[in-house]
Amino acid sequence: MKILICLSNVPDTTTKIKFTGDNTQFDAAGVQWIINPWDELALTRALEIKETSGTTIEKVTVLTVGKADTEPTLRKALAIGADDAVRIDAEPKDAYQVAAQITGFVKEQPYDIILCGIESSDYNGSTVGGMLAEFLDSPSVSSVSGLFLENGQIRLNREIDGGQEVLETMIPFVAIVQKGIAKEPRIPSMRGIMMARSKPLTVKPAVAADELTGFTAFELPPPHAKCKMIDAENVGELVKVFRNELKII
Amino acid sequence: MSVLAFTENWDGKFKKISFELVSYAHQLAAQMNTNAVVVSIGNVPEEELKKLGHYGASKIVRVEDNRISGLINKAFTAIIAQVAEKEGADVVVFSHNFTGKALAPRVAVRLRAGMASGVNALPDSLDPFVVKKGVFTGKAIGHITIKSAKKVLTLFPNSVEAIEADENAVIETFTPQLSDAHFATKVLEVKKVTDKVLLTDAEVVVSGGRGMKGADKWAPLEELAGLLGAAIACTRPVSDEGWRPHGEHVGQTGKIVAPNVYLAFGISGAIQHLGGISASKHIIAVNTDKDAPIFEAAEYGIVGDVQQVLPKLIEAVREAKKQ
Repeated sequence: MKILICLSNVPDTTTKIKFTGDNTQFDAAGVQWIINPWDELALTRALEIKETSGTTIEKVTVLTVGKADTEPTLRKALAIGADDAVRIDAEPKDAYQVAAQITGFVKEQPYDIILCGIESSDYNGSTVGGMLAEFLDSPSVSSVSGLFLENGQIRLNREIDGGQEVLETMIPFVAIVQKGIAKEPRIPSMRGIMMARSKPLTVKPAVAADELTGFTAFELPPPHAKCKMIDAENVGELVKVFRNELKII
Repeated sequence: MSVLAFTENWDGKFKKISFELVSYAHQLAAQMNTNAVVVSIGNVPEEELKKLGHYGASKIVRVEDNRISGLINKAFTAIIAQVAEKEGADVVVFSHNFTGKALAPRVAVRLRAGMASGVNALPDSLDPFVVKKGVFTGKAIGHITIKSAKKVLTLFPNSVEAIEADENAVIETFTPQLSDAHFATKVLEVKKVTDKVLLTDAEVVVSGGRGMKGADKWAPLEELAGLLGAAIACTRPVSDEGWRPHGEHVGQTGKIVAPNVYLAFGISGAIQHLGGISASKHIIAVNTDKDAPIFEAAEYGIVGDVQQVLPKLIEAVREAKKQ
């Protein structure tokens, strides 16, 4: 079996967000780029499954849609333990166009298990994984918090609003994963970093695909008013706020 | 022409999130001079379906298929796309919750529709179609333009009000075309908690951080949540330590919430956590460190140890509720 993990290259989650060009463009100056946190968890889980299932998993591939500046992120994924990497040479425009790019690649080189993070921490779309599944006409399971391979059978846990479900699915399928899929993301070891240099990173040409959406403007939230302090000995004041102002009791 | 809303049900019942969505669809439809149609999948009693009319649905398309148990993405997608086609839907709206996130992108591809997810208001304009959504996990707002003729939106919970509108909804039953290939996934087991307030649906959220000091110290917080009818949340370190389940983690990699009131106990306010709560209307914080960043996001604050403040607060709320 082969596992593909779709990675998004995103600004570090502690980045102070700024915009340029009269608030029409994200200001990437000085930004540190990382593997989207959910994608990193997906990769970690894929490697755990590969290591604990004998020879069942032939390889773990990571893929991103982006220009050459996204390659350090792919190299990091190789250092964490992916076997090979693919970069589709297209500027990511929107989820539809990105999913179409990945579809082009997967149709040429099929994978049994495709993992996508539930969202990317930049534009919070939660869209590419589901779109990819529909383009491929594959089953998809979303908000997956557990993925298990037992005797060639796939079992998944999925979070639902107000509970959890256990599912099985046919292969191939797309799993859209969230927190819980792996405990902690793996950190590359020195040996991993050395090995990553010689692992294959293939660049694929973009396929023709339209974008259907685009951001035209951004704004930052208005600044907060100063916090009103209440004395710890006088919680009754807060209860008055609950009752009179917030009307929650 | 129409605006189609997919409303999820919980054991045959709708929640606030469903009514918000129908109300949004109704207001959007009014802007577009058309009607709001709802598609409901699974067994929902007629009187429950009729409630959707009170929020502006003019027609409810009910789909029942005995192969459906739990959420099967492929089957649900096919059903919603077929109803969208039948109703000539220009815009299809979903809630931005787990189910909506699972289905909306698939339906968008099926309809070749541009998608805007997690929108938090009615469109800025219809032509071009521009709508607002949170980006960078609550750190900024983006205005997204959808260029395609058909559009798919997911609506962020708690971002619009469910406004009552007296539409007399017609209920009709639709039989979708489904094959076995639509049922390639099977739900084996469902563990639903139906009596608990959903975190993303809650008006009030009571949340704890590392300042709670341990897995065994949450009883007072649970008690306060009970008194306020609130959902419980926590920070990432708390769920990573296993003090609370992952489902309660709010922040960058957890859930993003937008309640009316967010009460933060023993939370210092890491940037990743603040992103997850910034859409809350009122934030109240209790923390020992007066310089903690949470107080910059909060409207009211108490400097103090949660172990001492919580019992007093519970007592005071209990007293106030008696009056």
